[in-house]
Amino acid sequence: MGEERKRPDIAAGRLSAEAYAANFADLHPPLNRHQALVEAERCYFCHDAPCMTACPTSIDIPMFIRQIASGNPDGSAATILKQNIMGGMCARVCPTETLCEEVCVRNTAEDLPVRIGLLQRYATDHLFAGGEQIFSRAEPSGRSVAVVGGGPAGLACAHALAVAGHAVTVFDSNPKLGGLNEYGIAAYKTIEGFAQREVDYILGVGGITVECGKELGLNISLAELRDGFDAVFLGLGMGGTNDLGIEGEELEGVHDAVDYIAELRQAEDLASLPVGRRVVVIGGGMTAIDIAVQSKRLGAEDVTIVYRRGQEAMKASRYEQEVAQTSGVKIKHWAAPLRVLGDCGAVAGIEFAYTESDDEGHLKPRGDRFALEADVVFKAIGQTFLPDCLNGSGAMPALEAGRIAVDESRRSSLPDVWAGGDCVVGGQDLTVAAVEDGKIAARAIDAYLRAKAVAA
Amino acid sequence: MVDISSDFVGIKSPNPFWLASAPPTDKEYNVVRAFRAGWGGVVWKTLGEDPPIVNVNGPRYGALHGADRRLLGFNNVELITDRPLDVNLREIKQVKRDWPDRAVVVSLMVPCEEAAWQKILARVEETGADGIELNFGCPHGMSERGMGSAVGQVPEYVEMVARWCKQNTRMPVLVKLTPNITDVRHPARAAKAGGADGVSLINTINSIIGVNLDAMTPEPATDGRGTHGGYCGPAVRPIALNMVAEIARDPETQGLPISGIGGIETWRHGVEFMALGAGTVQVCTAAMAYGFRIVEDMVEGLKTWMTAKGYSRLDEVVGAAVPNVTDWQFLNLNYVVKARIDQDLCIKCGRCHIACEDTSHQAITATVNGERRYEVIDEECVGCNLCVSVCPVESCITLERMTEGVDPRTGQEIDPDYANWTTHPNNPNRAAAE
Repeated sequence: MGEERKRPDIAAGRLSAEAYAANFADLHPPLNRHQALVEAERCYFCHDAPCMTACPTSIDIPMFIRQIASGNPDGSAATILKQNIMGGMCARVCPTETLCEEVCVRNTAEDLPVRIGLLQRYATDHLFAGGEQIFSRAEPSGRSVAVVGGGPAGLACAHALAVAGHAVTVFDSNPKLGGLNEYGIAAYKTIEGFAQREVDYILGVGGITVECGKELGLNISLAELRDGFDAVFLGLGMGGTNDLGIEGEELEGVHDAVDYIAELRQAEDLASLPVGRRVVVIGGGMTAIDIAVQSKRLGAEDVTIVYRRGQEAMKASRYEQEVAQTSGVKIKHWAAPLRVLGDCGAVAGIEFAYTESDDEGHLKPRGDRFALEADVVFKAIGQTFLPDCLNGSGAMPALEAGRIAVDESRRSSLPDVWAGGDCVVGGQDLTVAAVEDGKIAARAIDAYLRAKAVAA
Repeated sequence: MVDISSDFVGIKSPNPFWLASAPPTDKEYNVVRAFRAGWGGVVWKTLGEDPPIVNVNGPRYGALHGADRRLLGFNNVELITDRPLDVNLREIKQVKRDWPDRAVVVSLMVPCEEAAWQKILARVEETGADGIELNFGCPHGMSERGMGSAVGQVPEYVEMVARWCKQNTRMPVLVKLTPNITDVRHPARAAKAGGADGVSLINTINSIIGVNLDAMTPEPATDGRGTHGGYCGPAVRPIALNMVAEIARDPETQGLPISGIGGIETWRHGVEFMALGAGTVQVCTAAMAYGFRIVEDMVEGLKTWMTAKGYSRLDEVVGAAVPNVTDWQFLNLNYVVKARIDQDLCIKCGRCHIACEDTSHQAITATVNGERRYEVIDEECVGCNLCVSVCPVESCITLERMTEGVDPRTGQEIDPDYANWTTHPNNPNRAAAE
């Protein structure tokens, strides 16, 4: 008692090598063959299946499960990948509890859905283990498309266009492709370099040139790309993060969660990552959950997520909240940060105002306050699209609500520019939704290029 | 690239998966839906003479469920089509015109009089259908009227009607055989003798699916009384596979084209029938249970499997397992296997032990050093496969061949040479040593 601790208490290597390995092992271990067959037999092969409707990419779920049951896992993977080229990653990161599995009719029957995500992983893992390339390219069209951003939207678009016979160049500012799959998803959801294995499989179809280290608005411009290519797809993601806008935010130890997660994902050795003893996370979405759980698993002693509204308003699914809680993360609701407390330029704590909702649902302070001690504060209150990169000498696609405005085919206000993923209006911050955007845009771009070919 | 297109007795279809003559093929509406879903062909539900028969207005079907209400067996008392002949013929003609690449075979059942057959054959021929299938299999209702299985059970009738049909039409003739018979080779031989181009089998098996113990009626019952129906579904598949193989390996019918039917639910089941000699396969119950879309798994699964195995055409698959089907007397008695339990996969349910202990050879332990542990006692194991069959975990128990040393059960040296019952010393009728 009363022992004086170093302040701020931030240290790397808090755990043994075994503990790091165990903490960052697969969050949901894959099904073995026996488990997959037993689970596949549970599928009723529903007509007009609710799971399929709930999937943003409309994967034919009953069919791929039947194919697992009939002993054709590679055929099953083909069924998945034809609808969603990132079916492997989606099997790992999709919030299935709010998508396909939420509507499984087995919920009505016995309150236990078919574990669709794990079955999808079983099939896609089986295919990737064999390495068979199931896609082939159509005859070269002679047309070229620039895809800016090698995240889920960009890669899905690039793949579909390459399959259609177009020559695609993917530009990405990072050293590796994959976008948030590589730099954003929690580490224990995509172990053993799966993001890159999936990228390799996608590129394996051929016809896709990769240019990393190319950032729009910095060393490439939209005008150039529109000049040099027949069409452009923008899968830019969200480059900016929201600030708290409170006193003390500049103190050492206040971080953007996304930056730290990216660092964690690229770390060669988890033991090299400094982590605070007491960590406070501000936010209520997936990023908040991911940074909180990963901090805890890196050895933080106390991790608290503080969210300004109630549990039901959190963007993170109930299931993800439970993952956090069973990992030892505490979630506090109805509190908004007032100021970060400092000590010699570093974070010492953070003060909150209790909040409540008025009759119209507006948030207001309740009038009382509390403070939490903290060595590190993570901001996870949302990301923003930074449109500056679109500026340049040429025309700029129209924006709406701060993001790129697109029509149903994901076409922007510029006739030869499409966009998808988080950078467009209505972007859902989901890998699977981004893949669907890329897929839809690719279809429209292909039609556009073919019409152009006829006209020419 | 594999080619799964089929040419069966001159009838072409893009894949070997046909819908069998049954409720799913009674109407244009259903058949068009089936073709849209990808089925390679259909055998139109059996046509008869006008006036059409009537069906009961009570229940027609009954089910045998496995765990989780999975449909394992299915029973029906539905008769042949109850729609006017004209309507069916008009729809058949339209469907064939709209779907020229699909097989449209018409199932027929009229009384055993040549004139009746002549009359209907001429009308079917006008539709442009690809062939006919003689329904000598239906075991309920129609058989009471001297048709269906009543014909199929008398080889002389089978031959006679097949001959009439061959003489009165240019269309290929398939004879659909009933399994409700002692030896299916006899009607198959009769069909061949009558000139039939091929046989399809099996039709349904006489059955009572269950008994309602409150009403004391068989299931399903109409107004308190029930009758035997035709049994089908996955549960009949082993019976059908055997009958197909019997015909495929019978020297008298060898090479006779076979359309395999009976409990086919997935591509794998279809391939099993093909390996035993079926050139095409027909499906009914699985479609009735899950809808027509199951054909996608069949088509894709067949292609994937053929690619993986290096087959490029169906004729390389058809009959591939027939040479390995033999009589018991030719099985190698020097082939010795012992069960092996993979302790890593074992979930310790003990079912292998109790099955062996109570009903077989007391060759599996229940405990080892006081712990629940299941190990094979080689001194007792006869390699019967019972433990493998009852184990809930696939591949947990396997049979491994002993290729050398002494079989600890018999104390005899393993003999690497093949030797069967025909020369065994215990066989009183053994062949004299050469």
